[in-house]
Amino acid sequence: MHRRITLNNKLLEINQLYTSFRIRDDYYAAVDNVSLSVKKNEVLAIVGESGSGKSALAFSIMRLHNRAKIEGEILFKGENVIDMSPSRLNEVRGKDMAMIFQDPLTALNPLMTVGQQIGEALFLHDRKLTKKDVQDRVIELLDQVGIPRPNYVIDQYPHELSGGMRQRVMIAIAIANDPELLIADEPTTALDVTIQAQILDLIRDLKEKMDAGIILITHDLGVVAEMADRVAVMYAGEIVEITDVKTLFENPKHPYTRSLLNSVPNSTSMEKQDKLHVIQGVVPSLAHLPRVGCRFKDRIPWIDDSAHEEHPELREIEPGHFVRCSCYQHFYFPDKEEVKKK
Amino acid sequence: MTFLEIKDLKVHFPIRGGILNRKIDAVRAVDGVSFQIEQGTTYGLVGESGSGKTTTGRAIIGLNDITSGQVLFEGKDLYSKKNKKLDFRRDIQMIFQDPYSSLNPKKRVLDIVAEPLRNFEKMTKREELFEVIGLLEKVGLSEESIYKYPHQFSGGQRQRIGIARAIALKPKLIIADEPVSALDVSVQAQVLNFMQDIQKELNLTYLFISHDLGIVKHMSDRIGIMYKGRFVEEGDTEDIFSNPQHIYTKRLVAAIPDINPNNRAKQKEFRKAVQREYEQDYDKYFDESGLAYPLRQLSDTHLVALPGRG
Repeated sequence: MHRRITLNNKLLEINQLYTSFRIRDDYYAAVDNVSLSVKKNEVLAIVGESGSGKSALAFSIMRLHNRAKIEGEILFKGENVIDMSPSRLNEVRGKDMAMIFQDPLTALNPLMTVGQQIGEALFLHDRKLTKKDVQDRVIELLDQVGIPRPNYVIDQYPHELSGGMRQRVMIAIAIANDPELLIADEPTTALDVTIQAQILDLIRDLKEKMDAGIILITHDLGVVAEMADRVAVMYAGEIVEITDVKTLFENPKHPYTRSLLNSVPNSTSMEKQDKLHVIQGVVPSLAHLPRVGCRFKDRIPWIDDSAHEEHPELREIEPGHFVRCSCYQHFYFPDKEEVKKK
Repeated sequence: MTFLEIKDLKVHFPIRGGILNRKIDAVRAVDGVSFQIEQGTTYGLVGESGSGKTTTGRAIIGLNDITSGQVLFEGKDLYSKKNKKLDFRRDIQMIFQDPYSSLNPKKRVLDIVAEPLRNFEKMTKREELFEVIGLLEKVGLSEESIYKYPHQFSGGQRQRIGIARAIALKPKLIIADEPVSALDVSVQAQVLNFMQDIQKELNLTYLFISHDLGIVKHMSDRIGIMYKGRFVEEGDTEDIFSNPQHIYTKRLVAAIPDINPNNRAKQKEFRKAVQREYEQDYDKYFDESGLAYPLRQLSDTHLVALPGRG
């Protein structure tokens, strides 16, 4: 094994990652200079709207992009994923790192039984397994993810299962080889609340049992509050704020983070809110993104231009709390008249 | 007179099979549902997928045939033969879940929004144009957008085109079937705020169908919780959230992720306790076939499906 041994406990370290897609003749970065790290037994949540680049980032870590240009460093246990050969990738993917995809109906093969699909993940990484070994392990896995009557479900096809069950099968495939890094891309978006709570409990148990590092991609701030240890907020390809989960909810700094938090109805307090905060404008598309200055500037027009930095960078304002651009120091929520005037 | 009254609504879909493809059984999608909505209020219909909430909504507007029961809109039974000719569809409109599939991609925005006007109003081209521009203005879209096609808009904008179409005929009741679940958080806020604004302006009544309790709580005055085609609990928003009685409601409320990370441990305990109660007392809350009991009055506003005591 050509594996460098690192002494720090960082499982994954991403340095200055750019993932660019070609639109006509130019490349546009969907992930723009992202650096972050994940430790063992840690859940890092990545939050952002659609188009913010969070899924592009996850796919880059797994090297699942077909035609994207990936630059930078993705160190998985000290080894750069970007430099891995296809055969080395096949060794690592599905074994040391695994992914739970968003939509189980499209991610599962409709022509293979549940048992075959989970068994495949096992067999491909250990050819010495006998059919009996594989079957025993599959039943064990189905049981572990809380599927009732695993002996029966093992011979069923995905269409015979409900959404929650399918998602569990996906999780069973992802954890089949006890991965050290698990990337969960919106694992509960397609599910009902009670099932969501069960799946989240399951992922949390796995983290504790297997000491795995987890990257949880979601747009649901409630899920973040329940699951994450640290949170990275992405906007237009960049990380705008990264901190531990308590600080994020109690003392958010970046205007985007604060706007997001203000735009969801508070489900636990009993008093009725009057109006939800609306973030003006839309997420800029890749091709029309201004690559200079603060990218959030256009969506908070009531903040004076001088508040923004010319070349905003992530800056550590307290230990472990990074915020991009100085505009957070001047940010406030406008009242109604002010919005109308602009 | 109640604005909208649903009386013992049943929608069964036949399962066919056997010799001659006869009806052998039925899926009881909606199985005896009754509720009332007052004008100008929002009624939230909550349930998991498969609970029959969408079927209920579709039955009210006539997109599903009903098996039995009555839908009384301003005192008139929408399904009686006598009222067949009544154009109640003018007064009841629907906002669909997925703004990507509910707008015809081949039509311009003008044609999409004008379609209900063309069906019910006799307008000249010029009047129609002004009307459509006015509607788009109301939903916050610019005048130029009338000659564009749906794919040129973002999800939130599309949903607002859908809303413009729904309010074109100045309806009294709007059935909103998961209107924001396909949208991003920030866009969700925009659409919800907007729905509240036009409700005040046009004195609209909403039947708000959703599986997201947080949003339902934000929007609704009264809430009904459905499970397997029946109501398990009905009450004012406060009844449901501060005093849930049925175990299924408790499970739903417990499953909402808490936005405060400090409550994580507490929330987990609470969820476990509810789950334990659910497993232990399942028989108390559901009958032999796993269905909910008929609703019983608990207070003036609060009804719950529990078996009669004694």
